[in-house]
Amino acid sequence: MNNTSHINPLEHEAIYIFREVAAQFEKPVLLFSGGKDSITLVRLAQKAFWPAKIPFPLMHIDTGHNFPETIAFRDKLVKELGLQLIVRNVQDAIDQGKVKEESGKYSSRNSLQTTTLLDAIEEFKFDACIGGARRDEEKARAKERIFSVRDDFGQWDEKNQRPELFDMLNGQIELGQNVRVFPISNWTELDVWSYIEKEEIEIPSIYFAHKRKIFLRDGLIWSHSDYVYQEEDEEVLERMVRFRTVGDMSCTAAVFSDASDIASVVQEIRDSTISERGARIDDKRSEAAMEKRKQQGYF
Amino acid sequence: MKDLSIKTSLAPSPKGKVGLGLLKIATAGSVDDGKSTLIGRILYDTKSLTSDKLEAIEKTSKQKGYDYLDFSLATDGLVAEREQGITIDVAHIYFSTAKKSYIIADTPGHVEYTRNMVTGASTSQAAIILIDARKGVIEQTNRHFFINNLLRVKDVVVTINKMDLVDFSEQRYNEIKADFSELMGKRDYQDQNITFIPVSALKGDNVVHKSENMAWYKGQTLLEHLEDLDMAAISNLGTPRFPVQYVIRPKTEDFHDFRGFAGKVYGGELSVGDEVVALPSLTKSKIKEIYFYDKKYQTASRRSSVTITLEDEINVSRGDMIVKVGDLPTIDKQFTATISWMDSEKLQVGNKYIVQHGVNKVLAKVETIHHKIHPDYSGIDTNIEALGMNDIAEVSFKLNKPIFFDGFKKHRTNGSFILINTKSNSTVGAGFIQ
Ligand SMILES: Nc1nc2c(ncn2[C@@H]2O[C@H](COP(=O)(O)OP(=O)(O)O)[C@@H](O)[C@H]2O)c(=O)[nH]1
Repeated sequence: MNNTSHINPLEHEAIYIFREVAAQFEKPVLLFSGGKDSITLVRLAQKAFWPAKIPFPLMHIDTGHNFPETIAFRDKLVKELGLQLIVRNVQDAIDQGKVKEESGKYSSRNSLQTTTLLDAIEEFKFDACIGGARRDEEKARAKERIFSVRDDFGQWDEKNQRPELFDMLNGQIELGQNVRVFPISNWTELDVWSYIEKEEIEIPSIYFAHKRKIFLRDGLIWSHSDYVYQEEDEEVLERMVRFRTVGDMSCTAAVFSDASDIASVVQEIRDSTISERGARIDDKRSEAAMEKRKQQGYF
Repeated sequence: MKDLSIKTSLAPSPKGKVGLGLLKIATAGSVDDGKSTLIGRILYDTKSLTSDKLEAIEKTSKQKGYDYLDFSLATDGLVAEREQGITIDVAHIYFSTAKKSYIIADTPGHVEYTRNMVTGASTSQAAIILIDARKGVIEQTNRHFFINNLLRVKDVVVTINKMDLVDFSEQRYNEIKADFSELMGKRDYQDQNITFIPVSALKGDNVVHKSENMAWYKGQTLLEHLEDLDMAAISNLGTPRFPVQYVIRPKTEDFHDFRGFAGKVYGGELSVGDEVVALPSLTKSKIKEIYFYDKKYQTASRRSSVTITLEDEINVSRGDMIVKVGDLPTIDKQFTATISWMDSEKLQVGNKYIVQHGVNKVLAKVETIHHKIHPDYSGIDTNIEALGMNDIAEVSFKLNKPIFFDGFKKHRTNGSFILINTKSNSTVGAGFIQ
């Protein structure tokens, strides 16, 4: 092939960031949720280090309430690419009495992940955790740096962030601190989907339209499942739906859709008038929800 | 070896917007000049606001008792900010059209936030400077222009806002234009493109849609101007510089002897067969292969993140630089630079900092502070002992090892660096080498 002039600047920026992580840190880890953003990260990491293997492991903080499709997909991907996978379970923190399971209508294990994540960082002495967060997702993310320093307690101090100039990423930290790294900070939801389409990246089946037992609450479509609290008068329906984002079952709402392949998903996103996080139940709880969770050490 | 890739054509996808031009824009304006409203208006008129966001805006506008939509709510940020009612840091806003993808780095315009403006401008190719038509060119405007000129942002749009409050007056527009043109005479970077556009962010005149109230204005709307910017023409070119980020040594059976130098190409392009020199060793070789992922290319263009192999087995590690023969940068242990100081702890003569120049880090000592520059074109102060937060000054440094640099005027990437505090590890300043 001739030259690289038709480049996708976002892809090249992400690869640059991955290489900075590998060079500047002793023990990086890629936080893998099984969602499309983290799957995209894996592809970018492959590209950054080819023909060598990705020089760090993946880690999944498993709430135990994942879609079974996501877990099956995760295990297949790891096997095919010969990656190292670490799994840490929120259930363990619950069993040890470190965190308390929420109960009731809006209960979710999403916010419980923080404790398990911080414990795992300490256990493995990770100094850089690579995540798939994007600035367009949510207001509080819009100010997030590409290298975001967290203190010993995993806390984010949004007023005291390091300025990031030109391409230069300052990963200098003290012992006990770690850095959250966001290689696809500047991507939008549509950028990610278009990339998945162009690269023909495999993603879990729940991103495509399928028949599912659901119920409606607060204008959102909830999955009917043992993990999701449901009132008696909330009727179970069977509908064609798909997920735009895939987190824990208790905090991910579906959308009605007939988009059964990647091209129609991309088209749907392009035409869509609801933001991706509009379908995240946990963010609806309070306007400043994300910001509060972040200050406490959430991804 | 298993081929991991399925398809790696670098051609832009005809359907997806991935691969289209990406334009980063910095904004500057004083509080209440209407920056948030302008950005909100762009998002609204390009249909980039999602229905849930729009609903939130309608709801809050009504709660506040407004009879119009308060688009500034589209960009408001953190809780602390909402309490203070001002933007306190760089926020990023994304939208796209059929032609381009845009990232707006929204930076506040107060005096004390020079550092944020410098940060926003450092990654931008274009800048929007906002002026309130009632107030005209004020001291803040000088600062906004100074910073964008210092940082050599190629395209500056002087957006004269709130034209509805001056009866859409052409005369007022011309007055402001004349005042601003006086400033332009003082600028150091003369090649900057400067365009004036009269708008009403609140009413939507000349932002995305042409104004019916200002038929006298024959130019483009703000969005038309941005859409028509030629990405190549507003890029900062120079000679090719390839700072090595990482050495790839797979040590697998298939790639037993593979030694790839991973990095991003800046300034120009590099091709297979080019005669190159590795710095600091000054060893010569030729480019053997250029990879992007598992595909080989003949040429690596500007800003592509590639992996290069060389004909000869020479010792190259992170922080080294590969350049073309006969096109060497300056290799020196000292330099003078314009510094933008960003920390509350003062910079003083004799202090030591880490200089991060691209991916290379060296220890540096402050030799001399020559003078401080008023960032509003009003002059300089000599006999300076120390620099405080937001100061801009000419400073000479001595390094413990040589670095390979170009002047900032010749090479925006290879002429800039950041200063890191050796104790706190924070980024405390930025520098532009003379
Ligand atoms: N009449 C009029 N008011 C405007 C215009 N643009 C902004 N404003 C008002 O000016 C005030 C400050 O605007 P805002 O966008 O919050 O300013 P910022 O501090 O620069 O972000 C608000 O009350 C806006 O409604 C305009 O074009 N015309």
